[in-house]
Amino acid sequence: MTDSKYDEIMQLLCDRLSSLTNTHIEITPETNLISQLSIDSIKLLNLIMEVEDAFDISIPINALADVQTVRELVDLIYKIKTTA
Amino acid sequence: MNLLEKLDAAAAARKALLPDGVGAFGIPIEEVYSATEARIGDRRVLLLGTNNYLGLTFAPECISAAHAAIDREGTGTTGSRMANGSYHGHRALEKEFAEFYHCTSGIVFTTGYQANLGTISGLVGSGDTVLIDSDSHASIYDGCILSGADIVRFKHNDVADLEKRLRRLGDRVETTLVIAEGIYSMLGDQAPLADIVRLKKAYQFTLLLDEAHSLGVLGETGQGLVEKTGLLDEVDFITGTFSKSLCSIGGYCVSNHPQLEQLRYVSHPYIFTASPSPATIASTRAALELLRKGGHLRKQLWDNCTQLYEKLKQSGYVVGPDPGPVIAAILDTPQQALLLWRNLLEHNIYVNLILPPAAPEGKSLVRCSVNAAHTPEQMSYVGDVFSKLRSLVN
Repeated sequence: MTDSKYDEIMQLLCDRLSSLTNTHIEITPETNLISQLSIDSIKLLNLIMEVEDAFDISIPINALADVQTVRELVDLIYKIKTTA
Repeated sequence: MNLLEKLDAAAAARKALLPDGVGAFGIPIEEVYSATEARIGDRRVLLLGTNNYLGLTFAPECISAAHAAIDREGTGTTGSRMANGSYHGHRALEKEFAEFYHCTSGIVFTTGYQANLGTISGLVGSGDTVLIDSDSHASIYDGCILSGADIVRFKHNDVADLEKRLRRLGDRVETTLVIAEGIYSMLGDQAPLADIVRLKKAYQFTLLLDEAHSLGVLGETGQGLVEKTGLLDEVDFITGTFSKSLCSIGGYCVSNHPQLEQLRYVSHPYIFTASPSPATIASTRAALELLRKGGHLRKQLWDNCTQLYEKLKQSGYVVGPDPGPVIAAILDTPQQALLLWRNLLEHNIYVNLILPPAAPEGKSLVRCSVNAAHTPEQMSYVGDVFSKLRSLVN
């Protein structure tokens, strides 16, 4: 996997988060999913299922405990994809 | 934001939804008159929001068994199953559950919640995987979290989605526990058990079925979905609760795997809590006997379910896919659901209000729980009131 894959994951997540939250806040890697985007737990879990399908991976939801920002979520997905 | 301010924020969100202090959650029931009627405030209400599916809360057999147990053994065991809390009755009930399901082993837990917590966290651990339906009950989610296993969700009742996720696990499927429910508590629909068993044969995972809402309701003798589908032998572990059709409190797990017994030594929710009281065990044993012979109760229950389900559908409500004792009117907004809930109460009908994120897909639910003791006249009244209120929530 190349860094372009990381960028692809980032782009997909930012697009999905933008439509999910219907917000005018600019979504950046440092955006906090909960305090800034108000993503509730169910929305986040459903988003994870979409990401699993998009990249054909399994993302255990307990791994989300340490995720607060968009970048941390992208890092997690990238790590799982590269070790799959 | 400190810890207490976080709670204040949650309270503010709740108050914003219920501005005039409507007590939709935890409403006090002042007096209970029967399996179908009670007093809330100064209203005599019809109870359509209990899980008393066979209507046995006042069964004389259960009440006299509980009285006798208190007289004989006192009010509580004051101890863990691991220590002094395993009386003759606890062991007898475990044996009766095992016999009921034609299994070799059964374990009784103090609550249904702990039955899932204790079974799941005893079966899987770090490095293992649990694949759970996205509409799973909180006790399943919490049991998975307690276990430390990797938790992966599949789309609700979507077997193709489950298979996709099984395929991704590769060799890890050998240490994977798949969990489904006989009847799901939100929409009242049933797991596609035959299809899940087909996948089990192909992928060789371990299967746990929670029959909490289906015990007493499905199958000729009330075993649940395993009996209705004839797939009892294909399910590895069955859990359930005493707090619905059996009208007390507690939970169980049964299995033909001898390893189930090991849970008594590794499962914290089994060990580190007091065992069920003698009265609870005695009334549950009596209720299980009534449940096994309760074909007439199931018939009455299903007549009531079908009558109300069809009436809600005809009245234009969006309801779950299957008729059953859990009948949910699905509404787009919390405000619509709250309006309907309040108006039902004003017509002396108590139902459950379920709002996001507890309800699936961001919807809100006004959920009825039907029981065998409801009369056809009571069902007609409830259906007519729902029908009258339909335009109000449109």
